[in-house]
Amino acid sequence: MNHPIEADLIDRLLGITPGSRLDQIRAARPLARENSQKSYLALLQPTGFGGFPARERWAVAAFVASLHGEPATAAFYAAELCACDPALADIVVRAADRVATQGPYGRYPAGPLSAEDAPGPTYRAGDDDRAGLGPHLAAGLAHAHLLIFHPRDAGPDALHARLEAGWSTTDIVTLSQLVAFLSFQIRVVAGLRELAATLQAA
Amino acid sequence: MTEAVLRHPENTEPNRFTQAQLDWLPWLEPLPEAELTGRHRQALVDPARAKSPYFMLLARDPDILEARTRTDKDIFYNPQAGLPRAERELAAAATSRFNGCIYCASVHARFASTYSKRGEDVQRLLDGGTAVDLGERWNAIVAASVALAVTPIAFGQAHVARLKAVGLDDAAIADVIQAAAFFNWANRLMLSLGEPAARDEA
Repeated sequence: MNHPIEADLIDRLLGITPGSRLDQIRAARPLARENSQKSYLALLQPTGFGGFPARERWAVAAFVASLHGEPATAAFYAAELCACDPALADIVVRAADRVATQGPYGRYPAGPLSAEDAPGPTYRAGDDDRAGLGPHLAAGLAHAHLLIFHPRDAGPDALHARLEAGWSTTDIVTLSQLVAFLSFQIRVVAGLRELAATLQAA
Repeated sequence: MTEAVLRHPENTEPNRFTQAQLDWLPWLEPLPEAELTGRHRQALVDPARAKSPYFMLLARDPDILEARTRTDKDIFYNPQAGLPRAERELAAAATSRFNGCIYCASVHARFASTYSKRGEDVQRLLDGGTAVDLGERWNAIVAASVALAVTPIAFGQAHVARLKAVGLDDAAIADVIQAAAFFNWANRLMLSLGEPAARDEA
């Protein structure tokens, strides 16, 4: 699980080789590149895990990546979780397949934007999965699904439910950052891959 | 009392998109200023952010806060080549409008207006949503941002081609991708950790 720090994950997932056109494009925003990698390391390979252990971080990441359906990131995070806990990887990836939907949906504060309210499912792990996940991780995955598909439905009640499941305030901040960061990282990979395809076609 | 949610029953959340300055009220306890260490101050990057409940809540995990902030600054403020600042802000505002983050949209719509001098067009984006006609160049940037915001991601080579057709080079297209991707990160934090509040008109 200890990848060398110099192996930039976004570069790896895109198959970027030194000196390529995409390498040059990424090099134009060097601090974004460096700190995207530092973000990944801070969340998945931190110096301290607090109350959010490594296997749960990889589980949330595999779940989120699978929900997005971006093949390279989904395969990467599923493999990392599998290396850490194969039985858990099986539960998480199957759960993600079952509850993947289309977002964003959700409700606005009542008013003129209510016309744009779009209903959609709220995810809670089923009893079978909860047995394998445990209540703490089950709550983490519920939060990940909320943030990925219907973040405007978020509210203090959802946070209260996570606290009740044993998440501390600080660990909820880290969980939120992990899910939100992944929604960035996966989009950078997906977007730059499409850009790269047009470069090769040119 | 850290391990409890904060509720704001006295607040009436803004129920429409606006370019006015809003406040943001956290649903979890920010780090008290008295508990700031040198590491926290470094992670805040900007000392003034010690006054912001949003950044002080995120400061509970300083490593990811610092990497997040440095990623953000390079994507939006790096003046070298790429997309003009106004249009990086347009991508941020369009993403926020589409995801439904009234707070983020207010900040970045204001920046888009300031840098583009097209405040009325920006207001039409806020009022009418991401399908309004803003002229082909802005339409292409907004459409790319929306295609990146949906889950699963719908951004494809047709979006790249449309951006090229309105005059964006590869570096500028990469900026659209990173600016839009970044606001999928920012929107999820802002939407899920607190709520916007109208500022008292003095």
